Amino acid sequence: MVQFSTEAKAIAEKIIRRYPEGKQKSALLPLLHLAQAEFDGWLSVETMDYVAELLSIKPIEVYEVASFYTMFNLQPVGRYLIEICQTSSCWACGAEDIIEYLEGKLQIKVGQTTPDGMFTLKTVECLGSCGTAPMFQIGDKFHENLTLEKVDGILETCKTENKRSRYC
Amino acid sequence: MLGMTKKLLLALDHIEGISKLDVYRQHGGYAVLQKALKATPESLVEEVKKSGLRGRGGAGFPTGMKWSFLAKPEGVPRYLVCNADESEPGTFKDRYLMERIPHLLIEGMIISSFALGANTSYIYVRGEYYYIIKILEKAIEEAYAAGLLGKNILGSGYDLNLYVQPGGGAYICGEETALLESLEGKRGNPRIKPPFPAVAGLWGCPTVVNNVETIAAVVPIIQMGGDEYAKIGIGKSTGTKLISASGHINKPGVYEIELGLPVEEFIYSEQYCGGIRNGKKMKAVVAGGSSVPILPTELILKTAAGEPRLMSYESLGDGGFATGTMLGSGGFIVYDEDTSIVKNLFTFARFYHHESCGQCSPCREGTGWMEKILHKFIDGHATLADIDLLWDVQSKIEGKTICPLGEAAAWPVAAAIRHFRHEFEAYVNNPAAIKQVKHYYRLNKLEVVNS
Repeated sequence: MVQFSTEAKAIAEKIIRRYPEGKQKSALLPLLHLAQAEFDGWLSVETMDYVAELLSIKPIEVYEVASFYTMFNLQPVGRYLIEICQTSSCWACGAEDIIEYLEGKLQIKVGQTTPDGMFTLKTVECLGSCGTAPMFQIGDKFHENLTLEKVDGILETCKTENKRSRYC
Repeated sequence: MLGMTKKLLLALDHIEGISKLDVYRQHGGYAVLQKALKATPESLVEEVKKSGLRGRGGAGFPTGMKWSFLAKPEGVPRYLVCNADESEPGTFKDRYLMERIPHLLIEGMIISSFALGANTSYIYVRGEYYYIIKILEKAIEEAYAAGLLGKNILGSGYDLNLYVQPGGGAYICGEETALLESLEGKRGNPRIKPPFPAVAGLWGCPTVVNNVETIAAVVPIIQMGGDEYAKIGIGKSTGTKLISASGHINKPGVYEIELGLPVEEFIYSEQYCGGIRNGKKMKAVVAGGSSVPILPTELILKTAAGEPRLMSYESLGDGGFATGTMLGSGGFIVYDEDTSIVKNLFTFARFYHHESCGQCSPCREGTGWMEKILHKFIDGHATLADIDLLWDVQSKIEGKTICPLGEAAAWPVAAAIRHFRHEFEAYVNNPAAIKQVKHYYRLNKLEVVNS
């Protein structure tokens, strides 16, 4: 059975206290972020059921929310999830070049994960980084004003560090 | 009026360490809160009314009026929720403000919560801005430790708890009732109104939802008084506005402008965008975030009547949608002469299709249909009839949905066809050429291939 670490459990309890009594369902989004960070960057049915239990809500209430929001991954992802913006300003500043370059370099298509489980490439919609386009996000970090050389450097750093990019 | 820039929100943004409480206080931070706590809540609402401040998230609804709608039933808690779900393409000003001067937002939240009689308030930040959430949480912690939050704030007897709530990545949660649903731990499906949040908002209680910039603007308003604030700007566009400038300009970034600044000055002066990059000419501008109508150069610089276009709610709206646009969120995207309007529109259509919550059929189906038709254009398979079909689809979304996402998806399509129909025709007439072009956004390459 999945379970939060003691540390994550303490954070979860603190989050739940932000809301009035009986309104603990409001903690669902923050807890799903926490769960994703705890359990390899994605939400399995087992994980979602665990969160439902923590909040005393029905599993379906978790599934319907997890499947609605872009940031929750319902399938396993690589250690580094590269989320590249493709909306207007980023597109106009060359996002397609960056996507094409990444696909070539990682030998995968958008939506796929490298065989070694290191990188997943995903296109996303506007991340509010339009003035520093093109950009992508890995974990909680924004990589902005991207050039092909910069992309090389970022991928190298990821490979050297080789640990899951954490959000939370 | 070059060099006369009034800075009310970003006056301190260049100061080293201004995100920290002690530095913010050294520069006068929280002095306005002290003043506000000595006033009555009603008088604070009155000042905001007098200021003429309009919602800075995009809708431009008068803030003081929104506040005065708040129901005050006995024994029922009231809430203030800050909308920091900044997701309108082209907009990144709230992120800048929260990153640089988090305490300005927190000071605004405390003053506004006090004015509205809220004892618990939330800042709902889009989940992708996780590093901003950390900045805000740190600043809030500092504020608690200094007695600026929690029980008996600065000895006034007023209590306030302030929390940050992360979103999950959904543009629709910028719509205030979807935001409240999300804050309640649900899917971001907008609610049917009425009842409005002012009567039944968060957990069914009276709630005010305001944008980050709006709440931050309350600080200078209370500092100088509503009447003084109303003298800044032009006409009913009072005060200053943060503009997020992006696209093919020399100096992209966030600028605070006094409302009424000529658009031409904003684009070409060194103080702001610094002109078009690589010596290119400007082709078009989206002035207020992706949802507002795109305008060609001649109409963004001058109104149809030949008046210089100004950065204000009224001037940008001059001419209606036939020849005008909207100030919206202040997401100002500039496109150079090489940009393909059709491909750019495709990125918008893809965006709205992805972000439609799926509740209303005209939006759920219409956004997907529009993306599909536009894909035919950039793929070289469109016919001239597809232009009319696209027009027809967009015209059947507007006004037929629960929330304005439907309009937001339809307006950019209508405007692109209205002002750039010839480009759609060019795509139809040169399918072979389009297929040869690697980068669709470089339309001049398309023309080279044609010739």
